[in-house]
Order: sequence, then C-alpha cells, then structure tokens
Amino acid sequence: MSSETQKILTTDGIPLEVSLKKAEKKNKIKAFLLVCPLLLFLIITYVFPIGDMLYRSVDDRMVTNMLPKTYKAMEQWDGKDLPEEEVFEAFYLDYKKLVEEKTFGKLATQLNFEKNGFKSILKKLKRKMKKFEEGNYKEQIMGVHKRWANVEYWRALKRRAPSYTYAKYLKGIDMYENEDGNIVQVPEDRRIHKILWLRTLEVALFVTIFCFLMAYPIAHLLATLPMKYSNLLMICVLLPFWTSLLVRTASWMILLQQQGIVNDFFVMIGLVSDDNRPEMMYNKTGTYVAMTQILLPFMVLPLYSVMKTISPSLMRAGKSLGGTPFVAFWKVYFPLTIPGIGAGCLLVFILAIGYYITPALVGGASGTLISNQIAFHMKSTLDWSFASAMGLMLLAGVLAIYWVYNKLVGVDNIKLG
Amino acid sequence: MALPKYTEPHYRVWHYFYLFICGCVFFFLIAPLFVIFPLSFNAEEFLVFSEGMKRLDPDAFSLRWYKDMIYGTKNPWGLAAKNSFIIALFATLGSVILGTVAALGLSSRHMPYKGIIMAALISPMIVPLIISGVAIFFFMAKVGLAATHTGIVLAHIILGTPFVVITVTATLSGFDHSVTRAASSLGSDPVNTFMKITLPLILPGVISGGLFAFVTSFDEVVVVLFLAGLDNTTIPIQMWTGLREQLSPTILAVATCLIVLSTLILVTAELLRRRSERIRGINR
Repeated sequence: MSSETQKILTTDGIPLEVSLKKAEKKNKIKAFLLVCPLLLFLIITYVFPIGDMLYRSVDDRMVTNMLPKTYKAMEQWDGKDLPEEEVFEAFYLDYKKLVEEKTFGKLATQLNFEKNGFKSILKKLKRKMKKFEEGNYKEQIMGVHKRWANVEYWRALKRRAPSYTYAKYLKGIDMYENEDGNIVQVPEDRRIHKILWLRTLEVALFVTIFCFLMAYPIAHLLATLPMKYSNLLMICVLLPFWTSLLVRTASWMILLQQQGIVNDFFVMIGLVSDDNRPEMMYNKTGTYVAMTQILLPFMVLPLYSVMKTISPSLMRAGKSLGGTPFVAFWKVYFPLTIPGIGAGCLLVFILAIGYYITPALVGGASGTLISNQIAFHMKSTLDWSFASAMGLMLLAGVLAIYWVYNKLVGVDNIKLG
Repeated sequence: MALPKYTEPHYRVWHYFYLFICGCVFFFLIAPLFVIFPLSFNAEEFLVFSEGMKRLDPDAFSLRWYKDMIYGTKNPWGLAAKNSFIIALFATLGSVILGTVAALGLSSRHMPYKGIIMAALISPMIVPLIISGVAIFFFMAKVGLAATHTGIVLAHIILGTPFVVITVTATLSGFDHSVTRAASSLGSDPVNTFMKITLPLILPGVISGGLFAFVTSFDEVVVVLFLAGLDNTTIPIQMWTGLREQLSPTILAVATCLIVLSTLILVTAELLRRRSERIRGINR
C-alpha cells in the first residue's frame, strides 16, 4: 500500500485493519471461553490428579518425617564408622515419640524394605527402651542387640534420608539401587515385572495383528456391498461395539470353559478327545480370543470409513490397464487404505495395552497384564506409590503412541459408529 | 456382489473363499452374544446346555433366573440398577452440556491452539482406564467424594465428554455457519440463535454423543471399582463380582437384559445418524 492512498476507515473512524484485528481477537476469546468450562473441569479433576500420581510415585518423606531429629544429626556423619552419640540420642528421642504415638510399626516396615532384619531389632529396642537411663544412649542402644552396633544398619538408615526417590520406577523395571549406590537388576527369579511388560506388549501387538487380519476383509466387504446388505452386516459390527464389555467377556467365559461349546465342538469334530479337553480359559489363549473379538469393531470402523471413500473405478482402471486383480489390489487399493490401517492399528494397540477387565476375568495367572498388576498394588498390597509409578510408566508409553496417532491421523478424525 | 460371467475359475474360487472368510469373521463377532440368550432360560443351575435343552424339551427352559434377578432374596440387582441409571443419567447430562459447549468453541475457526486442546479433551478416552481410575480415586479421596454418587458422576463425566466432543464436532464440521450469521443479522442474540437455530440442527449429533456417554457410564467398571462403596454398587460392579466369584445364571439373565438395552440404543443411534446425515445433506 503506498503512503498516498488513504487508510480505509470504519464508520467510527478507526482504521479497518485495527477494527478487524479487534473483532478477530474478540472471536478468539469467545471461542476459547466456550471451551473453558470443560478444560477447567478436566484440569481440576483429571490432569491435576495425574500430576498428583507423579508426586506420590516419587514422594518418600514418610521415614524422613518420622525421624526428623535423627536425620538432622546424621548430616554431619560421613558413614564410615559408627555414628556419634548425638545421632544415637536423636534416634532414641524420635523413636520414643513414635512408640508413644504407636506408629513405630510403619517405620519398622519401611526400614525392613531397605535392609532385612531391621524389624526385629526395632521391636527389641522398643521392649528394652522403657528401662533406659538418661545419657550415653549409644552404649545402651548397642547393648540391646548386636546389630545396632553394625554400621551397615546405620548406613541403611541414612540411605532412606532423601525425601524424593525414583526407587519405585526402578522396581517397576526389576532394578534396584544396591548398598554401594549402583543400579543393578534384581535376581533372575524375581524379575516379574519385566515378564509383565513384555507380555503386555506381546498381547497388544498380537491382538492388533489378529484384529487387522480379521477386520480388513470384512471392512472391504462392507465398503463394496450395496447399501441394503452392508447396513444389515454393519449391525454385526456395531452391536458388539455397543454391548457391555462385561457381557461380552461373560459370553466368552461360557464359550471357552472346559465343558463349553467350543470344546464340545472340538470333541464333536474329533480334534480332541472328550476326557482330554484343553484349558482355553484362565490363560493367554483366553485373553487373546476375547480381546480380539472385543476390540475388532475399533479396527473395522476406521478401515471402513477410509475404504468407503475409495472409488471402485480405481480398481477397474487398474485391471483394465492390464493388472491382474491381485496386482490391482496390491498396487492401487491397498496403498489407499494405509491411513485407515494406521488409525485402526494405533487405536486397537492403545486400547489393548491398557486393558484390565478382560485379562482379569479370563486371563488367569499367565494371561494378566500390567494393568492388573497396578490394580493389585492399589487394592491388595496398598503400595500406592508403586502403583502410581507403574501407571505413569504405562501412561508415558500410551501418550507416546497417542502423539504418533495425533500426528498421523489427527484426533479430530476419530470416527465413532 | 455377483461376479461377472467372464471371471476366470481361480478368481471365482478365491472370491468364494473371501466371502467364506468374511462370514467366519462376522460369525466370530456376533455369535458369542447369542449363547447368552438360551442359557439364561436354563432350568438348571449350570452354565452349559443341558440334555433337555438340546432336545428342545420345554421343561428344560424356565424363567427362574429372571425371577431370581427381580425377586431373589438379598439380591443386589434392584439397588444396582437404580444406582446405574441415576449415575448414568446425571453423567450423561453433565457430559452433554460440557461437551457440546466445548465442541461449539472447538469448531469455531477462530479457536486458538485447536489441535492441542482437542487432543487434551479427548485424552480421557485414550488414557488406560486403570490409570484414570487411580488418578480419579486419589482426587475424590482428597476432596471427600469417594464412595459417593457425586464422585462417581463426576468421574463418568470425565470419561463421557470425549465422546460428546467427537460426535458434536463431527456434526458441526458440516454445519453451514451462514445460518447463524443470518440469525444474528436479523437481531437474534447468541443464546437465542443457539437454541432456535444451531441446536435443532446439531441435535442428532448431540443425542448420539449423549448415548455414547450414557453407555460409557452405564458400562463403566474400572473407575467405579475404585470409587464405589457398598451403597454405590452398580450393575457392572455386581456383574464383575459375580463373574469373579460365582458364575450364576442370574448374571446371564441380567446380561440378556443388557443386550436388549444395547440393541435399543444401537437402533436409536443408527436412526439418529441417518437423520443427521439427511439434515446436513450428506447422501451416501
């Protein structure tokens, strides 16, 4: 715009450009205000609690809060020889308070995690402490049990000092920090979490592959059949999609039981003998079969919506140009369906990796996944910080896939039904 | 999909093989649901087809498990059904209101950071339920809403809104914004425009999003397992306990009722989808 041309003004005398920008900004704020209620609601009730989980998973102040004087006195101690009298005195005072409050049991449990044998010497100390005389606590405590004179135990106590820890994350991948401060793997026979992570990945991967192999042909059929037939068949996909997850799992429990219909059928066609019916439930087979059927609609729907947009004339053109139907399919049709394949596979994989209900009901001991372990620690062992750590590790994995999904497919392209 | 007459024999074979595979997959998808129907009418206590049932002997069938479901002593299903419906209704209402309003904002072309906000709003659908369950449980315990209906309703609103956001933004994507501009230029205020013009047009999408939210809440068990006390038991919780402890045919009677309910919801959702496509002039 040259300087000679007059700026276009609105009726108020404000340049049009400014006025437009103002209107634009107003619209932006208006749109944002509409999203605000839900966004705030989710931040308070959802995002913030997940942050709380993160805090819980690293929070380790329980012992520090129980022994404040001891840790203060220990700051000076280099950890080589037995600590000085003042540490012993501080420990005595802290512990006496815990005994009076009747919360010493928690301390014993926590310290026993750090070093075996702490529980018994703490109990013994509690019994003998009543007769303690004032002064020279070092002698008196060491007199209770010889382990109190062992510097290893005091080092273990000091190791518990930091308020924040990543020990739960290490535990989640079967590692721990040993006495020298090195991170090492737990003994081979106790590496249960590694097995669970690998099994979760394996199940999610295979369920995704099975779903893809089964969904591709039927999505193709649904997309190419005339409307009146495809609508009818679509119900076969949508009815399971809308039916309760528990109902579908229940039906698999009935089908797969040892006296169930699937086994009856196998006996009838002579595949297995009547007195040797295979166990198809409460193991990985059950998890695979039930999860594949339950997640299949999530693969069919994105594939179908992509295939529906592919014009049938493309295949005809491929064939008329000399390709056999297989070549035409492979070179023309298949590449066009790749967006649908990506969407479906990522969706099924994300859903499968966090599955809880179905593995818990039909998985037995060998078919449970990482989610079941999280629930176990939430409900049975009450080790909530470990459950949080495991949950967040799983969440990190899921969010990484979600990010890829968002880049490739775009969340606004998710189709439901 | 009939084959043309000139099709070569091996393609003909391949085509029928393909149809056979498709048939198997459809069977795999739908058949498991149909085992539940006959077994729920079993006169005996076992979860297998009795000899009498195989012979279609009328005496082998009975309604005793349905009677047990409704009149059985100490039965939890009455309370569970009441709780489930109340929770699902309020959760649906909350999800629909929050979700629709957010979708209106998201569909505006002026919306800043659209992608990232959309991704955040959809995340409760993507994050594994067990993690949502743990996080929501910590929150509800902290604010004193664990083991209350309110807590469960709030949790289900979190889980239900993504579905409403998705369906309503999808409906709004084909929405002709000139009609709302016409309304404003004729002197209508924004609320009036929304109620009289926008809402009737996007209603099918709103209702189908609401149906998703309803089903999500009605079928949700993982989060409720963490949140529910004895008074907040729901149908999914009772089914979960039943499936884990003693698999009784009463559960199958309940399951049959749930399948009937989901069929009704499916039919409604399908009719709405078609209506919505007709309104927006999308013909397939």
